[in-house]
Amino acid sequence: MAMTNQSDRIIFDDVSKFYGEVLGVNRISLNIPPGVTTLVGPNGSGKTTLMNLMTGLVQPSSGTVSVLGLKTVDADRFFREVGYCTQFDSFPRGLTGFEFLMDSLLLHGMHPGDAIRLAQEALQRVKLTEAAHRKIAGYSKGMRQKIRLAQAIAHHPRVLVLDEPLNGLDPMARAESLALFEELGRQGMHLVISSHILDEVDRISDRVVLITGGYLVAEGNIHQVRQEVRDKPMQVLIRCDKPELLASKMFAVNHCVEARLHADGGGVFLRTGDIDQFYRLINEVAVEGMVKIEAVAPADDDAYSIYQYLIGSEGGPAR
Amino acid sequence: MTEQAGTLVRRLMEQPWGLWWLQARRLIRIEVRRNLLSKRAWWIYFLAFVPTVIILIHLLIERHPQFAINEDTTILAGIMQFYYIRLGIFFGCLGIFSRLIRGEMIERSLHFYMLAPVRREVLLLAKFAAGAISALALFGTATIANFAFIYLGFGAAGQDYMFNGAGMGQLEAYLVIVVLACLGYGSVFLLLSMMFRNPTPAALLVFGWEAVNPVMPSLLQKISVASYLRHLMPVTVQGQDIFALLTVTTEPVPGWVAALGLLVLIAVVLTYSCYRMRTLEIRYTTE
Repeated sequence: MAMTNQSDRIIFDDVSKFYGEVLGVNRISLNIPPGVTTLVGPNGSGKTTLMNLMTGLVQPSSGTVSVLGLKTVDADRFFREVGYCTQFDSFPRGLTGFEFLMDSLLLHGMHPGDAIRLAQEALQRVKLTEAAHRKIAGYSKGMRQKIRLAQAIAHHPRVLVLDEPLNGLDPMARAESLALFEELGRQGMHLVISSHILDEVDRISDRVVLITGGYLVAEGNIHQVRQEVRDKPMQVLIRCDKPELLASKMFAVNHCVEARLHADGGGVFLRTGDIDQFYRLINEVAVEGMVKIEAVAPADDDAYSIYQYLIGSEGGPAR
Repeated sequence: MTEQAGTLVRRLMEQPWGLWWLQARRLIRIEVRRNLLSKRAWWIYFLAFVPTVIILIHLLIERHPQFAINEDTTILAGIMQFYYIRLGIFFGCLGIFSRLIRGEMIERSLHFYMLAPVRREVLLLAKFAAGAISALALFGTATIANFAFIYLGFGAAGQDYMFNGAGMGQLEAYLVIVVLACLGYGSVFLLLSMMFRNPTPAALLVFGWEAVNPVMPSLLQKISVASYLRHLMPVTVQGQDIFALLTVTTEPVPGWVAALGLLVLIAVVLTYSCYRMRTLEIRYTTE
């Protein structure tokens, strides 16, 4: 692994985790920089195990994990920098949302006045202020998801680990949460997100980590990962005034393997086995002036497509 | 050697003791609130106060002849030795201390503490302290109330026994025994709850071990909470029939040695519990 500044990285160094004889993850090495990183994989692929390893809820069978150069054994410092919104849908009994946040913040050793301010701020960020003084036991699933998120972000961590954070949220709350994640990512935080709702998370992700059966399949910038999947033809959407003409021209070359008109008739999806050749040809067409090209954009270098190519559809994520 | 000791002291001084103390206090407050104010704690209240209620009923409906004060002192000693130490505190501590870690695993809420910026040793010791405070609040209060209700019925003679006779010394000894019993059984059950998914069978083994311990060889008697406490009893009660097993006279041990021996046992158990806590994993699916 290349030497990097550990103080701003999440590093997995040859990490394996076995639950008895059952494989959790096997020989995972990752070096995650700040920004939004999405963990993608089918159910049971090891996403939650990776997150639990990152936060010390489980211990690696071999290898080491460090977050911003810190280890979980140094809990005083580690959990000031890290917030983890788990999938566990359970809470300490008998608490209101506000009391839950206060108990959590006071364990940081902060002054009660500061804890109240941070709790109120977190409740506002997840839009749960009105229900703050109701018992969590009476919350809906979406509200419980929000209060978990509030607890994870309340102390202003530098690393936020979110296991399926959009589960149970209605479309409006999902959009608000995504906007919040995007904003936190822009502020230079580490966000590690696992989600089945890929096309939403995909929009805010800087990086993707694909994992299946406990093995790392690919990782990196989504576009780079897509480029590396060279055995799968790439799909490109071209917006133009004469999509049928363009399709016929492009289909004449042998690296174009599929052409499909866009539903609105204003463009064509083309699938090609040689993207460099493809772009050269598009340039030539544009110069000839027979077809007026308005836009060219990759149509399958999102996390979902990469997931489909590398892992397949079995037990796959939702769009 | 001196240099190493100096380094160790310096490193100890550098630790954030103030923060740990603050975190421990806050954890204790959370835990005591849950231990004492939860509806689930009713049966521990029952265990603690059922003799108190019986003594109170006797006080209200029976006249206490003055000559019976020694008899009632022996009855009180029997209640402490046979009920509280062997049953009430034993099962009360099982309920309180096994809930601290295992109960939270079953309720799937332990991860909130594991994800807080609190060292796991601080978390464990704070939970232990909270359990001890809860148990002491219940069984200590019950012991004082039992004492008060027993001697209240004797009027001036009871008052005289309490404040000018052996009464106050006996009450102090019983309170020390209750403290040591709560700490001793508490540490054992806390550890058992971390070792086993269901600590009850293991606790019943401990129960049997404590019962037959007096007839064990001297060395094995040292691995028992009740055997240490027996040496601290201010009033000796001779059991009849099966209860005779619980009052077997063993080799005499000074009170301070018994108390110290039990504290060492508690320290050893808690040290091992801290080690287990450091390596504890959250795997609710296996619960």
